[in-house]
Amino acid sequence: MNKIEIKGISKQFGNVWALSDIDLNFEENKIYGLLGRNGAGKSTLLNIITNKIFASSGEVRVNGENAIENDHALKNVFLMSEKNYYPNNMKIREIFKWSKEFYPGFDMDYANNLAIKFGLNINKRVKELSTGYSSIFKIIIALSVPVQFILLDEPVLGLDANHRDLFYRLLIENYQQNPRTIVISTHLIEEVSNVIEDIIIIKDGKILKNESVEELLSKGYSVAGSAAAIDDFITGKNVISCDSFGGLKTACVLGKIDKTQIPQGIEVNKLDLQKLFIQLTNV
Amino acid sequence: MFVNFEDERPIFIQISENIEDAILSGAFLEESQIPSTTEISVNYKINPATALKGVNILVENGIIYKKRGIGMFVSTGAVEKITDKRKKQFYENYIIRLTSEAKKLQLSQQEIISMIESGFSNEQN
Repeated sequence: MNKIEIKGISKQFGNVWALSDIDLNFEENKIYGLLGRNGAGKSTLLNIITNKIFASSGEVRVNGENAIENDHALKNVFLMSEKNYYPNNMKIREIFKWSKEFYPGFDMDYANNLAIKFGLNINKRVKELSTGYSSIFKIIIALSVPVQFILLDEPVLGLDANHRDLFYRLLIENYQQNPRTIVISTHLIEEVSNVIEDIIIIKDGKILKNESVEELLSKGYSVAGSAAAIDDFITGKNVISCDSFGGLKTACVLGKIDKTQIPQGIEVNKLDLQKLFIQLTNV
Repeated sequence: MFVNFEDERPIFIQISENIEDAILSGAFLEESQIPSTTEISVNYKINPATALKGVNILVENGIIYKKRGIGMFVSTGAVEKITDKRKKQFYENYIIRLTSEAKKLQLSQQEIISMIESGFSNEQN
């Protein structure tokens, strides 16, 4: 029963349908990747789930309860928003304190510990933080609240490589110690591709893919070799993309490959989530 | 130990092979405890389910065993088991690749053999 169910959600902004008829479930104790290009509707969806904006139609149910204007249901969901909704003049220390007021189970020791790990000065005010540290203090709060569903909208925005590395490690550790549902919306696909279990790709307000990463990647393969050899090899196959580089050619093919039937001079590789994403979401 | 995300093989297979390598090299001794799935997934930054899948292959093959509430340990005889399996895979994993690359480079059988011989003698020096 512990899940978020999104049923027939649509959202219209003026003449534009930001989301149209989205059906989606976030199941218990799974890490999801919510991927889509800029403006695809990711943030809109996360904001609708957490009742920050209203859907034009459809409903969201959290653990079976309708989530609209329902604090009882929504206390199980935490959204780390890409935007900053915290008062600019407030110190991080005070925000931690207020988080504890709103979420009594907020783990203050853990939050302070993470602040040290990230090198975040909790005596600074929100307005004094760089883009990276603005993300970091929100990440820390999200990881410290004891809720069942954590939605992270662009958590690594502005983070340097070291901090991103630290974030992914902490996220996995946190998830193992306290299993729950985590949804990560991000553009850094390569980095999350091994962290997430399921992937949801949104394009133009519709769901393009919703399956396990492993399943998705096992549906195809990529081949590289001389243009002539590749052209010959891919004839009659379901090709989703081709790239030429001088006389070299790379192609992504859907379907199973017969490993005994690979002609000489052709190199076979597994599909790469990021490349696949680019192909699927190109206009 | 590292995972090559460009590698064609699934990550969970690489995890299990990495642990096997560590057992073969003596980094993980028989009857000693190995890192938990949490440590593995944090270390590689991979989904815990993937780490678990990699570990479970080894459990199924009797290379490691789980002690409830304590952790995972290398089985007695694991080194021998892994060695036997790897020997069987040697032809498929190395010889086939070697000969296909050799054909590409038009290296003769004799040239390959002398390279292998010099490889062995270098190792000894």
